[in-house]
Amino acid sequence: HPQVQGSLLGSVNPDLASERQTASFSVEKLTAWLDGGTEHTRLRRAVVEAIECDPVFSRENQYFESQNERYEAAVRKAVHLQKKMDEMGWTENGPEFKALSGDLAFLLHRIFTRSISMLGSDQQIAKWIPLATQYQLIGSYAQTELGHGTYLQGLETTAVFDITTQEFVLNTPNISAMKWWPGDMGRSATHTVVFAQLYVNGKCYGLHPFIVQIRSLQDHSLCPGITAGDIGPKMNFEHIDNGYLMLQNVRVPRENMLSKFCEVQPDGTYVRRGSQKINYFTMTTVRISLILDEVVIPLMKACTIAIRYSVVRRQSKLKPGEQEAKILDYQTQQEKLLPQLAAAYAFYFISDYLQELFDRGYREIQRKNFDMLPELHAFSSGFKAMVTQYSTSAVEICLRACGGHGYSLLSGLPSLYTKIVASCIYEGENTILFLQTARFLIKCFMAASTGQPVPPSVTYLAAVTPEKCPAKNKLDFLSPDIYTEAYQHMAARLINSTAAKLQDLVQSGVKKHDAWNQCTVQLAQAAKAHCHYITVKNFAETVEKLETQPGIQKIMKHLCDLFALHGIFSNAGVFLHDGYISGAQMDMVTASYLDLLAVIRKDAVPLVDAFDFTDKTLNSALGSYDGQVYQRLYEWAQKSPTNKQISPAYERYLKPLLHKTLSKL
Amino acid sequence: MCVEWESALFLFSSSVLSLEALVINDPDFQHEDLNFLSRSQRYEQAIRKSSLMVLKLREYGITDPDEIYWFKRICLGNFPEPFGLHFSMFQKTLETQTTDAQKEKWLPLIIGTYAQTEMGHGTHLRGLETTATYDPATQEFILNSPTVTSIKWWPGGLGKTSNHAIVLAQLYTQGQCKGLHAFIVPIRQLGTHEPLPGITVGDIGPKFGYDEMDNGYLKMDNFRIPRENMLMKYAQVEPDGTYVKPLSDKLTYGTMVFIRSLIVGDSARSLSRACTIAIRYSAVRHQSELKPGEPEPQILDYQTQQYKLFPLLATAYAFHFVGAYIKDTYHRISGDIHEGDLSELPELHALTAGLKAFTSWTANAGIEECRMACGGHGYSRCSGIPDIYVTFTPSCTYEGENTVMMLQTARFLVKSYTQVSSGQQVTGMVSYLNDLSRQRIQPQHVAARSVAVRINDPVSLVEAYKARAARLVEAAAKNLQAELNHRKSKEDAWNRTSVDLVRASEAHCHYVIVKLFTAKLAEISNAAVRAVLTELCLLYALYGISKNTGDFLQAGILTDAQITQVNQRVKELLAIIRPNAVALVDSFDFHDVHLGSVLGRYDGNVYENMFEWAKKSPLNKTEVHESFHKHLKPMQSKL
Repeated sequence: HPQVQGSLLGSVNPDLASERQTASFSVEKLTAWLDGGTEHTRLRRAVVEAIECDPVFSRENQYFESQNERYEAAVRKAVHLQKKMDEMGWTENGPEFKALSGDLAFLLHRIFTRSISMLGSDQQIAKWIPLATQYQLIGSYAQTELGHGTYLQGLETTAVFDITTQEFVLNTPNISAMKWWPGDMGRSATHTVVFAQLYVNGKCYGLHPFIVQIRSLQDHSLCPGITAGDIGPKMNFEHIDNGYLMLQNVRVPRENMLSKFCEVQPDGTYVRRGSQKINYFTMTTVRISLILDEVVIPLMKACTIAIRYSVVRRQSKLKPGEQEAKILDYQTQQEKLLPQLAAAYAFYFISDYLQELFDRGYREIQRKNFDMLPELHAFSSGFKAMVTQYSTSAVEICLRACGGHGYSLLSGLPSLYTKIVASCIYEGENTILFLQTARFLIKCFMAASTGQPVPPSVTYLAAVTPEKCPAKNKLDFLSPDIYTEAYQHMAARLINSTAAKLQDLVQSGVKKHDAWNQCTVQLAQAAKAHCHYITVKNFAETVEKLETQPGIQKIMKHLCDLFALHGIFSNAGVFLHDGYISGAQMDMVTASYLDLLAVIRKDAVPLVDAFDFTDKTLNSALGSYDGQVYQRLYEWAQKSPTNKQISPAYERYLKPLLHKTLSKL
Repeated sequence: MCVEWESALFLFSSSVLSLEALVINDPDFQHEDLNFLSRSQRYEQAIRKSSLMVLKLREYGITDPDEIYWFKRICLGNFPEPFGLHFSMFQKTLETQTTDAQKEKWLPLIIGTYAQTEMGHGTHLRGLETTATYDPATQEFILNSPTVTSIKWWPGGLGKTSNHAIVLAQLYTQGQCKGLHAFIVPIRQLGTHEPLPGITVGDIGPKFGYDEMDNGYLKMDNFRIPRENMLMKYAQVEPDGTYVKPLSDKLTYGTMVFIRSLIVGDSARSLSRACTIAIRYSAVRHQSELKPGEPEPQILDYQTQQYKLFPLLATAYAFHFVGAYIKDTYHRISGDIHEGDLSELPELHALTAGLKAFTSWTANAGIEECRMACGGHGYSRCSGIPDIYVTFTPSCTYEGENTVMMLQTARFLVKSYTQVSSGQQVTGMVSYLNDLSRQRIQPQHVAARSVAVRINDPVSLVEAYKARAARLVEAAAKNLQAELNHRKSKEDAWNRTSVDLVRASEAHCHYVIVKLFTAKLAEISNAAVRAVLTELCLLYALYGISKNTGDFLQAGILTDAQITQVNQRVKELLAIIRPNAVALVDSFDFHDVHLGSVLGRYDGNVYENMFEWAKKSPLNKTEVHESFHKHLKPMQSKL
């Protein structure tokens, strides 16, 4: 990191220091609560410290490096981390990976391992997991194809069982069937889990996972029948070798099909145990874990950078004769950033909620009870879509709120954005995920309206709510009951009216699938509304549980109010539509919402300080704790390779150009 | 629908098309795919092409300004060039602000740039800190960067390319500050290109985009330049240090209007490119099933995909017309300006500020939507959309930060509203505010009057947008007044109303765009073209309503039932436009070379070409990457 001896760096910029003196709550207490206790905070900090003082993990030059250099650094760090983990006794699920901000190779190796643990038989687990854990092999997870993504049934790769040799023969039948995108596969992986259509005796049994070796364990050359490589530069993830893979008559033994739930027996008999949906369970797991690590944490970082910078940056004057004002004192700047901050908190809490739901579901599945799967699947889909979509736009707002300097890679914001934006696509394209959630909601709505039981999270679909919002003045809109009910009403109305529309279409003779396609815009909107409602409700409930910590509860309540009212303010139409909220009430919402901006403004810096990111984790010239923005930017820029290497451009092109001009005079 | 009609709309001359062929077929302009090059290599390529371009302009004898403009666009594709500021701001400033003697001395010798923005100061020009102090003893100006925040930061071409810069600095003479003035400052030695003593200059490091551009920093320590290096056409410092004031500074308005009109055009063009890629790819990509048992359909057949892309397509067309309108208006009234008639300038200035912000915000978001509509492959650099996005997105910030721009428009709207309130009439695009005074006789809310909106009639929709703008301008003006009544300071009241004010400006700009699009329809003589553009215009207007239903409902402009109809009509229009979608983007007529996208290829051979492209990735240069020998193998043997 750009720590320069003898410079201003380290002493806190007075503009930032003054923000910390007026905090209305204890930052340390909020941090501890977010971490789940002081002990967790201590542990997390110790790990971060251990990693950041190790020069191998330095990210100072990250923004200056080429794709090749980034990849090599990621491999180097991942290898070093393994050593370090052994030394320190860290575990796979500990906080170390977060401390490294995902700047590592072998992330897909973890998915490889996880999918074997979940989908493999006991023998398969016993065989492969030790090899993977000790890095005797490097794994990847190959599902997506060049021509096929979220729609898994459309995948074209085939695995045909050959009874005579007791092997599966894997093939890529045409170019669109080539595996495309899997991480770690372009250069690093020796093995991968390939998803392919299983054929036994000419009959297709659908998609199944197979362990396939793709590179030699000796010299890393490609195995016979394998074509693989890197798919080329992307918007981000330069450190990851996302790859392509073509299979030509590649044979793997019968035992390489992951067979906890499905098996092909030696005589070719196909046996299924439990629900086929379980094959998708890895995706559910990944969706839920990515919300915190890949989405909420980057959003928190972006808020930290943008808010700290906004109290250091001064621009124009608010009052004649005074100093130029901090840009965070402008209402328009508050309106850009503070709702994003509230969203970061809201999503942090929703990821807790989902994790709990998931843990419950997982315990049931271990007991071979699959009842919770549909709800789990619907929730993981819908929330993944909503949180990634919302957070992506939030990070982009943070980026643009930093003006020109936000555009510099040294601000850290472009790389946060280009990384988070990928989450809208991977692990299921968001629109498709919303529609999956919508399918579940419509089903539940139908069931609930005929009195059948539905999961507790969706009983509200059949609940009776008042037809008008009871708020009488703008302060009423600071009551969680009032706004939660407004969200509930709105979500129920959208689901209800979409279901009615679907039914109308079908009754008027439109085919079911056509009716569905004609309602998809509405369906996606309804699913989003449902997730928005649950997020608001969960935020309000989280605040309620904070009664033992009144200092923190108060500021969390403000953030909860802001999150909720911002949502109503920016989606006014759907709340006004059936008159649930009147025009006059909407003016109250707006007034309360704008008032809250000024209230939260005072605690904005403490609220991001509480996220407790170190400067090295943020890796941003604009967002460092000391606020020495300009000094840091200047010193860091001078280290850019463009300032160190001599460019041949002058001698080769500029000089001749100038001389030709001169000779013509 | 055929695609030839585009010439009727966009007036590409045949000479432009032949210029294009000239460049595309010229082997000198060929180069490796930029996606595989490092920043330094991209910079070098850009310098090579720019230098070549200057020489070819001479070789081909191209002198017509329009032809020069097109030639440059074609040579450089869509990438920024390190000479960009040399041609635009540097030369333009020299031409307009220097005496003839200065011009003769400076124009031919140098590569220059325009250094205004400082590390700590951007849009608010008066805050700039660089000083130029006149020393009558030696008849020189002494330039200084007194603080870290005063270091010039961002100017394109400053880091490595330029040997001179026009520097904006606070002028001090005879102990007094005379405000910002422009000075020509040599920064690098002619011949060796080394920085001059007293000058610290360099590249500001990697950015989101603009890899080929050496945006630079410049720090000056007691750097002396002769008195003649101040640009003296308007203000002057005499040898003894006496300051002679400029006549008028209103003229700089004109340049700003012009540059902002270019950004509106750029919004249209960048969004059009993204739409072209996304729509063509959506016709090639097949996914899932619509009807059980049938093959996977083109993703463009999904309602959700149409809903993402077609409103953006309509927006791209709308912005083309808006860009053309501003440019025409500017040219029309710049004649008046030269004759000293500045009466129309304030409105145009206010309008272009808002439209610059409105169109660049919308296009910025729209480009990303197009990219995401291409799923995972949109994320690959081979899609070309990441480059369109990172190159375009700074236009939300440069030439006036968008929020600040919206507030400038708001200031004009509030002023107009105040004029109307005091009984005066206003003219031009804000004349709808005149209606407010007539309504004041009635006790009810201005927009509560029922506009009988016909949702299939663009002209009627213009009225609906007008009513929304009127309502939001009035609401903002009233809130501002209420704040003023509560508080002492005008600035405070303004700040506390600024969210409302921005909304009012947005509504005003939205109205102007719908109005201009609708007006354009009448000018189209070809019936088939007019029909399809009418559909797009309707889609643009109705989609805008469905995205802002709150405003229309709250103001009583539309009823719940009408909103439901609007939402329904939007979806019907999607299905109507679907058969013409590819033709509508083909009409933008982007050559594959300039689209720079594997997904958006005219021939639609996407997958084969993605594979070919990927094989050239730097990571694929050797079959076994060196990381295996360096890291992986040792790890496996140690564990």
